[in-house]
Amino acid sequence: MYRILSKRTLGPKIREYVIEAPDVAKVGKAGQFVVLRLHERGERIPLTIVECDRKTGGVTLVVQEVGKSTQEMGDRFQEGDSVLDVAGPLGLPSDIERYGTVICIGGGLGIAPLYPIARDLKAAGNEVIGILGARSRDLLFYEDRLAAVCDELHIMTDDGTYGRKGFVSDPLREILAGGRKIARVWAIGPAIMMKVCAGVTREYGVPTIVSLNSVMIDGTGMCGGCRVEIAGEAKFACVDGPEFDAHKVDFDLLISRQRFYAEEEACAVEKYLAERRGEGVAR
Amino acid sequence: MIEPKATPMREQAPDVRIHNFSEVPLGYSEDEAIREASRCLQCRNAPCVSGCPVGIDIPGFIRAVKERKHDAAIARIKESNALPAVCGRVCPQETQCQGVCTLGKRLEPVAIGRLERFCADWEATHEACTPTVQPATGKRIAVVGSGPAGLTAAGELRRRGHDVTVFELLHVAGGVLMYGIPEFRLPKAIVQREIDALRRLGVRIEVNKVVGRVATLDELLRDGYDAAFVGTGAGLPQFLGVPGENLNGVYSANEFLTRTNLMRAYRFPEYDTPIRVGRRVVTVGGGNVAMDSARTALRLGADESVIVYRRSEAELPARKEEVHHAKEEGVQLHLLTNPVEFLGDKGRVRAVRCLRMELGEPDASGRRRPVPVKGSEFEIETDTVVIAIGNGPHPLIPQTTPDLALTKSGNIAADARTGATNLRGVYAGGDIVTGAATVIEAMGAGKRAATAIDEYVSR
Ligand SMILES: Cc1cc2nc3c(=O)[nH]c(=O)nc-3n(C[C@H](O)[C@H](O)[C@H](O)COP(=O)(O)OP(=O)(O)OC[C@H]3O[C@@H](n4cnc5c(N)ncnc54)[C@H](O)[C@@H]3O)c2cc1C
Ligand SMILES: Cc1cc2nc3c(=O)[nH]c(=O)nc-3n(C[C@H](O)[C@H](O)[C@H](O)COP(=O)(O)OP(=O)(O)OC[C@H]3O[C@@H](n4cnc5c(N)ncnc54)[C@H](O)[C@@H]3O)c2cc1C
Ligand code: FES
Repeated sequence: MYRILSKRTLGPKIREYVIEAPDVAKVGKAGQFVVLRLHERGERIPLTIVECDRKTGGVTLVVQEVGKSTQEMGDRFQEGDSVLDVAGPLGLPSDIERYGTVICIGGGLGIAPLYPIARDLKAAGNEVIGILGARSRDLLFYEDRLAAVCDELHIMTDDGTYGRKGFVSDPLREILAGGRKIARVWAIGPAIMMKVCAGVTREYGVPTIVSLNSVMIDGTGMCGGCRVEIAGEAKFACVDGPEFDAHKVDFDLLISRQRFYAEEEACAVEKYLAERRGEGVAR
Repeated sequence: MIEPKATPMREQAPDVRIHNFSEVPLGYSEDEAIREASRCLQCRNAPCVSGCPVGIDIPGFIRAVKERKHDAAIARIKESNALPAVCGRVCPQETQCQGVCTLGKRLEPVAIGRLERFCADWEATHEACTPTVQPATGKRIAVVGSGPAGLTAAGELRRRGHDVTVFELLHVAGGVLMYGIPEFRLPKAIVQREIDALRRLGVRIEVNKVVGRVATLDELLRDGYDAAFVGTGAGLPQFLGVPGENLNGVYSANEFLTRTNLMRAYRFPEYDTPIRVGRRVVTVGGGNVAMDSARTALRLGADESVIVYRRSEAELPARKEEVHHAKEEGVQLHLLTNPVEFLGDKGRVRAVRCLRMELGEPDASGRRRPVPVKGSEFEIETDTVVIAIGNGPHPLIPQTTPDLALTKSGNIAADARTGATNLRGVYAGGDIVTGAATVIEAMGAGKRAATAIDEYVSR
């Protein structure tokens, strides 16, 4: 059992948890993830490690409530409660080096996994330009944390309720077009956002890293369910990634595979909500 | 007069069992077991014992069954085999003990596996015989992986008084016994029973522990373990490498079976993990894993379950009994057929394009090589494809233990007799050394390594 040391709400359906998992906290690095299971009947949920506190053994995770499992976590799991399983750290850590000037782009929930990468890049002596994007003001979080590790920070919202109106790819294009020498770009967020950013950096020949959140089960290289295509070759995102060279990723395949269980997911949510309403278990 | 035929075991009827996940063979009653035990000739040279990879005293335990001394029978088996309830169900007895049974030269061999199962199941409902544990030695042993190899090594080492911790990366122990072999062939409660027994013996089992990431093998040895046994199995699914293989609806057998067995997707949405089968499922391959997948597909509600295999029936590597069960249940075998492409519609698989094959000259394996028949392309419409063509070595330990010597195929190089690797204090056995093999061979390797480790730490 793994205890929830703290829980706080960062925005609508976005929550931050610190979970006691000392083994993970001891060695977890930026770019890696854990697999979490809520209870006996739960699925294995992959979640990126945001921060590790070696002293308390706490691992910070940010969870967006998109379906049954994440919603159930938000509703039923409070500070002091425990989740059944946490396994990790899984996946390869980000390649943190001194590159020069780097751009770190976080879209939506992608801001959470982006934060430790930006933090470590800064600590490694890079000049870090941050670009954060969200659909709307209330969905934006961690601005303060990113501001603390970025030399320059651009904020974008789709609806213009905060920062500039537009997509994260807009300032990216402006910076690259302005002729500044950018050594590397990290872009983490929805597949479509990563695809668009990769398209922009390809034009300028800037090496770009994305983190691929394909549907996973074990997260340890055992099932192949998470496979993605990199330069036409199948790779397992959980062990060969999750970070890959953005210019080689088949994003359309990723998007298509992410949607495969949409019907089942909708059915799970419906049953869960019915249960929550106290109507008993449908079937 | 000896009965020419082995005493049959009652089974769930095919039309019933394809709608449930309960075990197919129902076990012997005491009378049936005694009847079968009476067929044994009690040969003095006991070829069956040498046919058994762990050398169970087969005539000895069978005699005890015949005399209704079932507690003595199970104790006899457990001297050599810690997991009889598992082995009695899944061992390929037809090529091992039963394959060399003297009776089998003229009549049907003694049903040794069924008798082994009877004894183990008898024990489950009676007072269990707990093996004795030697006084504590103060030596600490790490066992990486909780499949049959790791569990056997752990049990043996614990009985010799060592302090044993098993590390397992999944959330349950048991390896393939839990995530791979389906419930209808090996009920998970039986595996759990064996694991609980190990715990009672004092073996510590830590799940969710990814060795290589949480701590490397080197770190375990540096941090106070006197020796380590690696039994991490053949967990890496292989794919065909043909176009369309990453379409939605194309699963590796590992994914298909893990979703079903480990995550209980057959009880979605009561359990959270989903699975999709559709009307027709095509499974590629001809081993036990393919049979398990094809039979699982029927139980998940597929109308048709088709196996596509590139050689002929004689070369099917699956156990005869499993092929028989699969056919009884209505699994269709498309033999001498090789998939060359998966065709999709809106990202989802809709058909398999296949070539017909014929058998040519023998290849390196001694089997006749399948060669494509020109112009024989055809399509099989499908909703779901399961690729069951084999598994490679689990890569995590080799990847994170840079000095560990490997074979050409990426398996850990280990001494066949002792399991010793090139690293001091590190032993290995089971599928990670041999490539995908059998439960009993993995157990044999775990047992031999335990003896070697015991000698090593006692020096
Ligand atoms: C390496 C990795 C890191 C991730 N990090 C985070 C994170 O830090 N914070 C966060 O909120 N989310 C993260 N995710 C996504 C998160 O795992 C899914 O949102 C979650 O599993 C959805 O479960 P659900 O039952 O609530 O939703 P569902 O209704 O089951 O699914 C909603 C959507 O989530 C995706 N999804 C569903 N199941 C899985 C699965 N097993 N693996 C991956 N995606 C799935 C699908 O694309 C689906 O469309 C990460 C995913 C991966 C692969
Ligand atoms: C579907 C299927 C059906 C089969 N049917 C039969 C049958 O009928 N009869 C038969 O005899 N054999 C059968 N086999 C083969 C048999 O199951 C295997 O040969 C046997 O399980 C191998 O045992 P093992 O202990 O070497 O490895 P495994 O059973 O594979 O166990 C290895 C364990 O190690 C864990 N692990 C891996 N890496 C790490 C790490 N870094 N840290 C921690 N843990 C780790 C894995 O998660 C796994 O639990 C079947 C196999 C499959 C897949
Ligand atoms: S999630 Fe199973 S191999 Fe990656």
